[in-house]
Amino acid sequence: MTALSLRGVSARYGAKVVAADVDVSLEAGSWLAIIGPNGAGKSSLLKAIVGIVAHGGEILVGGTPTSSLSNRERARTIAYAPQTPQLPDRLTVTDYVLLGRTPHLSPLARERRSDLVVVSDVLARLDLSALADRALHTLSGGERQRAVLARVLAQQAGLLLLDEPTTGLDIGHAQALLDLIDRLRYEEGATVVSTLHDLTLSAQYAEQLLLLDEGRVVAAGSPASVLTRENIERHYSAQVEVLKTENGQLVVAPTRQPTTPETATHQS
Amino acid sequence: MAVVGLVVVMSVSTLLGAANLGWTRVVQEVWAQLTGGTSPLTANEAAIVWKVRLPRVVLAGLVGAALAVSGAAFQGVFRNPLADPFLLGAAAGAGMAATIVVVAAPSTTGWIIGPLPLAAFAGAVGGVSLTWVLGRSAGGGTAVLLLAGVAVASFLTAVQTFAQQLNTDTIKQVYSWMLGGLNTTGWREVLITVPYIGLAGIVLCLCARLLDVLAVGDDEAASLGINPGRVRLVVLLAASLATASAVAVSGLIGFVGIVVPHVVRLLAGASYRVVVPLSLVGGAMFLIVADHLARTAFAPAELPIGVITAFTGAPFFMLVLRMNRGQIR
Repeated sequence: MTALSLRGVSARYGAKVVAADVDVSLEAGSWLAIIGPNGAGKSSLLKAIVGIVAHGGEILVGGTPTSSLSNRERARTIAYAPQTPQLPDRLTVTDYVLLGRTPHLSPLARERRSDLVVVSDVLARLDLSALADRALHTLSGGERQRAVLARVLAQQAGLLLLDEPTTGLDIGHAQALLDLIDRLRYEEGATVVSTLHDLTLSAQYAEQLLLLDEGRVVAAGSPASVLTRENIERHYSAQVEVLKTENGQLVVAPTRQPTTPETATHQS
Repeated sequence: MAVVGLVVVMSVSTLLGAANLGWTRVVQEVWAQLTGGTSPLTANEAAIVWKVRLPRVVLAGLVGAALAVSGAAFQGVFRNPLADPFLLGAAAGAGMAATIVVVAAPSTTGWIIGPLPLAAFAGAVGGVSLTWVLGRSAGGGTAVLLLAGVAVASFLTAVQTFAQQLNTDTIKQVYSWMLGGLNTTGWREVLITVPYIGLAGIVLCLCARLLDVLAVGDDEAASLGINPGRVRLVVLLAASLATASAVAVSGLIGFVGIVVPHVVRLLAGASYRVVVPLSLVGGAMFLIVADHLARTAFAPAELPIGVITAFTGAPFFMLVLRMNRGQIR
């Protein structure tokens, strides 16, 4: 089943178009990583899908155009975590995760018992139960990212849009978080669209990549077809080698041209 | 528990007062009223209890509730721990508009709704909006918003002073009101205040959960299916209504909107689902106690209540400033 399809989608701030002509189709339970250099329009495309940046073209979630949904209906099908989520300092983890229930409640209603059950389930699944009553400002970086993920999951939407979910995490915590998201795909059938700076991680976790440059899709498809040395050198202006590990995983490794006295003098 | 506390505070404040009636005799009077028995109080003394003390305690509670809950609401809307009806220019706006009505308006007998609350409401909304626009245009941020509030409040207060200087015949009336006080209170003030503060309190309690949602930022709030702009507008109008109603009957009483919500946060947690309703109750208790001190500490002379709240509130404000260091920019 197609979970998400974008047909000729553009994103714009006022008159400024930051992404255009994006076509992509995503099966339920799959993971799409949007990659590209800084300013390519990755975050804006995510915001366009979730409906907080104006968009053109057609966005269908589970076959339904998002333009036909109310804000609350849309929020029940698409959950979103921004690149730098704002965590209200003194709020407890439980109160924060409870915010994910907002689209399931009428605007002025209080949370019900069933909402608290959903929250405690999510906390247990993300290994956060012990931190349930802790204030957000007392959490470590990794715990905070998990709390954000818990907030997203409490929304019980089938489509998760995660903008740089590993921002600020070391490689171990980044892997642990991505493994967790990966597991949720299998356990919950969630479909994931994320932006990722780290090309190696995007190759290892996503089945499909979308390479954006200056708001345009310049390559799309499997990691092996998108992450070629030519593509990366052209669109990132970077020197890299694309390697393959023994078990067939891609690794994008930067290569360095060492500065020598000659090149240094030459440049000055 | 908070409601029990409020009832206790109200009772104690009613039993004890500047006029030394003896609290046991007041209890006997209440008992007599309830059971139809005979009271130990003279008619004049009974009038002190029922027509002076009780309405004053009730109004102090209403005003305190209104100021505290609007402080909590402003803090939520502006995502700013130091927001307060006074620092944002809401109270100054209400004060200016109310003064202009006092000095300029002809007799208002026969009006269904007096012009004073309406003018105060418009002034409060105008004051906050001006602060918001000025703060935004100067780059936003907590500190900038507060500085904008200071500028707006000073300007509106200057307009108010100007208006009252032009009309020296009402100057005494305006001055005593401006210092903040509940000393002219009767049941009439209570009755004209209840609907406004009640409405604002109900709206703010209903919106409390949405204030938590606003705290994660507009983008995320919108992704959760709410319209942040609309929530902000509704809360701002309700908080301004509460501020204006309080200012219209009691003048300028500062710091309640800062002190009470912060104490509630320390005691009961930071979620607005708790902070908003408890600020209503806590604000009522705080102002009843403050007013009690104002009328009894130097009896028979009476201190302006604003003096008491500033004595406790200003040091507390500095404490809050220190607690939030690193976040105020």
